[in-house]
Amino acid sequence: MPDLTIAVPRGALLRETLDLLDGVGVDTAEVRANDRKLLFGDVGIVTMRPSDVPTYVEAGAADVGVTGKDVLTEQDERQVVEMLDLGYGPCRMIFATVAGERDPAAEALRRLGVMRVATKYSRIAARYFEQTGRQAEIVEVKGSVELAPLTGLVEAIVDLTATGTTLRENGLVIREEIMTSTARLIANPVSHKLKSAAIDELTSRMRGIVAPTSAPGP
Amino acid sequence: MIHPIPNGTRDVLPDEMRELRAITEAMRGVFEHRGYGEVWTPTIEFEDVLRRGETGVEPGYRVFDDHGHVMALRPDMTVPIARVVATRYAAAEPPLRFSYFAHAYRGVRPHRGQMREFLQAGIELVGAPGSHGTVEALTVLCEALDATGLVGYRIALGSASLYPALLRTFDVPDAVGERLLGALGDRDFVRLEREVAAHGLHDALVRVPQLRGGHEVLDEITGGEADGVRAILADLPPAVRERIVLDLGLARGLGYYTGSVFDVLDPALGEPLGGGGRYDDLLSRFGRDLPAVGFALHVDRLHLALAGEEAAA
Repeated sequence: MPDLTIAVPRGALLRETLDLLDGVGVDTAEVRANDRKLLFGDVGIVTMRPSDVPTYVEAGAADVGVTGKDVLTEQDERQVVEMLDLGYGPCRMIFATVAGERDPAAEALRRLGVMRVATKYSRIAARYFEQTGRQAEIVEVKGSVELAPLTGLVEAIVDLTATGTTLRENGLVIREEIMTSTARLIANPVSHKLKSAAIDELTSRMRGIVAPTSAPGP
Repeated sequence: MIHPIPNGTRDVLPDEMRELRAITEAMRGVFEHRGYGEVWTPTIEFEDVLRRGETGVEPGYRVFDDHGHVMALRPDMTVPIARVVATRYAAAEPPLRFSYFAHAYRGVRPHRGQMREFLQAGIELVGAPGSHGTVEALTVLCEALDATGLVGYRIALGSASLYPALLRTFDVPDAVGERLLGALGDRDFVRLEREVAAHGLHDALVRVPQLRGGHEVLDEITGGEADGVRAILADLPPAVRERIVLDLGLARGLGYYTGSVFDVLDPALGEPLGGGGRYDDLLSRFGRDLPAVGFALHVDRLHLALAGEEAAA
């Protein structure tokens, strides 16, 4: 039985998370060989969507987990300990509209008083427009956000982008950057105390790999 | 036809009720034996009286009475008991000891173990300053938990004054200190580390609040900042001391704590069963300048932890 249960995100962060776990001595061969199985009890790994990682870690169903800062910011009410910036999976949360000289969102604000914004990150978007003093109607979508402004559903989107390629291919242009995000190591607050030795050991090994030159932790 | 009940509330039926009663009766016996007389206070209080506590705990529900006064459902029992001490025991000789089993109300995201209406069990010890008051509260806490049959629990002990003392030691400007305390309160060590690096501050400000474990972690602190914690450890009876896990970054959300703070943790549950600490300034806001210490346990979470321990056994 491993000391810690680790929540590992499937999707864009999976490969580098598994590489990192290999680097700190967790055997991930079975996880790599099997993309349908979800629970790997022998090595203490559970795999899930990145946005579910805070849920499992907060409840203590996993002691630690890896997920993006974007997810943690969107779910900022979750009671988890943010241990380490893992550096990989860099991306930006951006505000984008259809390309062109006139910004359709600004135009909607000027003439109609409110702009409609499609996003999967409704709380980050709502908070950002409150902070910047603009009235926005947040339209929550589950699938491809880029489609929404092209069909006239909304004037703008708030979405995550790594390279900007999908935006460009759909004729969208970045107007503002809201935040940047990288993968983070998080811990359950109770495990953080009761399994402090194992968690600190894991954190310092990971730190040795992702940030070998930065100041040592405890 | 459906008959809904408000979000964050629930019905308790006889099987569960018997188990909850067994827990509260076990604790009530300990509290009584230790001289903590049980009190009831109104579920609704005037909002401006609750606010005098300056606790930072927002009531989740407000109502108007027939005169248009704003009343609120109490978000905890500490402020109502401070009010009782200042009014009903205005001239009584301290120390004063009270216990309670009472529902409190907060506008939280409801989940198992934290409803918007929840039963708290706790004590307040008023007028017993310094470490011996805290030692008594921790001792009663462990006796009460033992009486319920909980086995694997630990008490995470820290100090609300430790990090502020560290900020003074390193001459951190107030505005920067606020940012560091904010990151610590959010349990965001990535942000804490960045702020410390960005302002060119000493790395002890990152290292110390991440120290957890046995008394040996105190060796890392050579100044006097942790003397309060040392004094408590020295005075604790052995049965209590072996339950203690030091957590030098423990920063509880409630603003009224002034010294020792503690959380009750159990491996069977992902969140604390309750907690407490010293609040030496709260009573003075109600006109009786007395130091105080207390704790509150979530009875539902205690029940969950007991069930979890039973399942794991």
